[in-house]
Amino acid sequence: MIALQKRPTPSRALSLATPLIAVLITMIMGGALFAVLGKNPLEAIRTIFYDPVFGEFAFYYRPQLLVKAAPLVLIAIGLSLGFKAGIWNIGAEGQYIIGAICGAAVGLAFYPTESRLIFPLMILAGALGGWAWGMIPAFLKVRFGTNEILVSLMLVYVADQLLASMSLGLLRNPEGMGFPGSRNFSDFPAASSWINEAAGLHWGMAFAFIAVIFAYVLLNRHILGFNIRLTGEAPRAARFAGVNPTRLILFCLGTSGALAGLAGLFEVTGPSGQINIDFASGYGFTAIIVAFLGRLHPVGILLAALLMALTYVGGDLAQGNLGLPSAAIQVFQGMLLFFLLALDLLTNYRVVLKKKGAA
Amino acid sequence: MDLSAINPVLLIASLMVAATPLLLAAIGELIVEKAGVLNLGVEGMMIIGAIAGFAIAVETTSPMMGLLAAMVAGAVLSLLFAFLTQFALANQVASGLALTLFGLGLSALMGQSYVGIKPPAMATLDIPVLSDIPVLGPILFSHDPVLYIGIALTAAVWWFLKKSRGGLILRAVGESHDAAHALGYNVIRVRILAIMFGGACAGLGGAYISLIRVPQWTEGMTAGIGWIALALVVFASWKPWRVLLGAYLFGGINVLQLNLQAAGIAIPVEYLAMSPYLITILVLVIMSADKSGAPASLGRTFHASQ
Repeated sequence: MIALQKRPTPSRALSLATPLIAVLITMIMGGALFAVLGKNPLEAIRTIFYDPVFGEFAFYYRPQLLVKAAPLVLIAIGLSLGFKAGIWNIGAEGQYIIGAICGAAVGLAFYPTESRLIFPLMILAGALGGWAWGMIPAFLKVRFGTNEILVSLMLVYVADQLLASMSLGLLRNPEGMGFPGSRNFSDFPAASSWINEAAGLHWGMAFAFIAVIFAYVLLNRHILGFNIRLTGEAPRAARFAGVNPTRLILFCLGTSGALAGLAGLFEVTGPSGQINIDFASGYGFTAIIVAFLGRLHPVGILLAALLMALTYVGGDLAQGNLGLPSAAIQVFQGMLLFFLLALDLLTNYRVVLKKKGAA
Repeated sequence: MDLSAINPVLLIASLMVAATPLLLAAIGELIVEKAGVLNLGVEGMMIIGAIAGFAIAVETTSPMMGLLAAMVAGAVLSLLFAFLTQFALANQVASGLALTLFGLGLSALMGQSYVGIKPPAMATLDIPVLSDIPVLGPILFSHDPVLYIGIALTAAVWWFLKKSRGGLILRAVGESHDAAHALGYNVIRVRILAIMFGGACAGLGGAYISLIRVPQWTEGMTAGIGWIALALVVFASWKPWRVLLGAYLFGGINVLQLNLQAAGIAIPVEYLAMSPYLITILVLVIMSADKSGAPASLGRTFHASQ
């Protein structure tokens, strides 16, 4: 009879090892899935995980990895702060969209002026937009005790409709011959987030690194970070210690909203190029997986985002070369989260064999 | 704009159709939450039910087989959640999210060859005299059988929770799993059964969308109905009849906004389309003041050692 014994403290070694084990198991199960789909599993796994980094055309795919990873890092860092404290913002996708709309709107208002001030102003607008969208569930939770999970998620659908309305109405390119979508930011150098497009470098990466450092310092060196961790691990103790839950909710949801908004802004002014109906790409949801895969730790999130970016880039490659459906990658990412959550058991509990009857 | 084009009788009849998937998913989740488990994977189980039901209905040309398959698929997927939360003791919020993400991906993968196909039609009830009554006939007596099953299920769940011994055990597990455990009830088993019931209901609700309401398969077609179902349980203060009321209310809003879109009202389509979600938020705000109906152990992990 197998029984579980709670560990006095979570195992540190296993906490680091479980994400790796989860990735390995996902690769095996993913291979099985690809085999069911009639693809050579080894070839598929190699195409997804090896070719983009070390393959023949890696020089082309490596920059793409950074492009995909940057928004994931930004969003996941914000989410991890809340997740640590038991505050569940799952509407990052909506904050991402609103950040992009606000930032793009500010930039387009100045078109075609060339000034060094435009882009910083857009960054500010993007962050504020995401922040405001994140503050809706925060305010409702603080004021009325509304569940932030449901509100933040409902706001994703609202943001989706706003995006459609903006790309067909207010922000539509006046010279676009009636096609939906805003002006393309690649024609507007003052408002472009690219630093070096060929190398795949845009300002989102710089901000992603800053966010990682900021989160690391916050969680390890600042009282606010300590309070976040305390609230997540021992809510009662946190209350006795005088942690103000209202402030924490506003801070966590606001910060994650602002970071998601930034991610949206850098995406729309760089890789995506314009506000359009299909701008939302699911980064806000994938970032949830990234946050867990990175163990809610800033450095872990950085690595997890790179891995997730690899599944995106490699998935595209496998789609082109092997005809692997893009949904297969989504299933793959979902499986990863499953195995991760299941393996977490080993971190917190010891599995012991017991004779039946002995209690 | 031509508001007279909106026929109130048809509006009410289609409201009931629009409300049914919501009702089914929410009634299932109600039982799950009454057992003290918060399963945020409703959306994932619904979409899996939608594609599984659609695929089987197309392959067997029998809508009934499709509905059955959808229930099985929903229940099987919910077992993943049950395993994670009841045996691996994982966080319920994270596990539910994982279920939804996984379900959305898997359904898109399964549904690739079913895009653009018409499923076999479900026969609607056609009772000679009753269905021909003016006004009342189309509203009450000429729907598909699943719609009536939804209402019957609400009554059954009410009876189960309120009057049966099993319901008492379920509520005990949800209110205080430690006390229920001390009394000798198998907390884990009760919860797993509740989770599977919730999965089957969500699957049926999903298949109702793809087989009866739309009827077609498109990726991500549940469009947040699973999440609204979760909100509905809060709205209903965990009471079955209020779930029915809430489902009809939301169904009504949705049908009304679709009708207004068709009637060409001056409000842009996008703003009408976001109204169900905004109203969900509004309702959550209003209902959140009263948390007295929430099961006390909701969302807490149970392990016999603690």
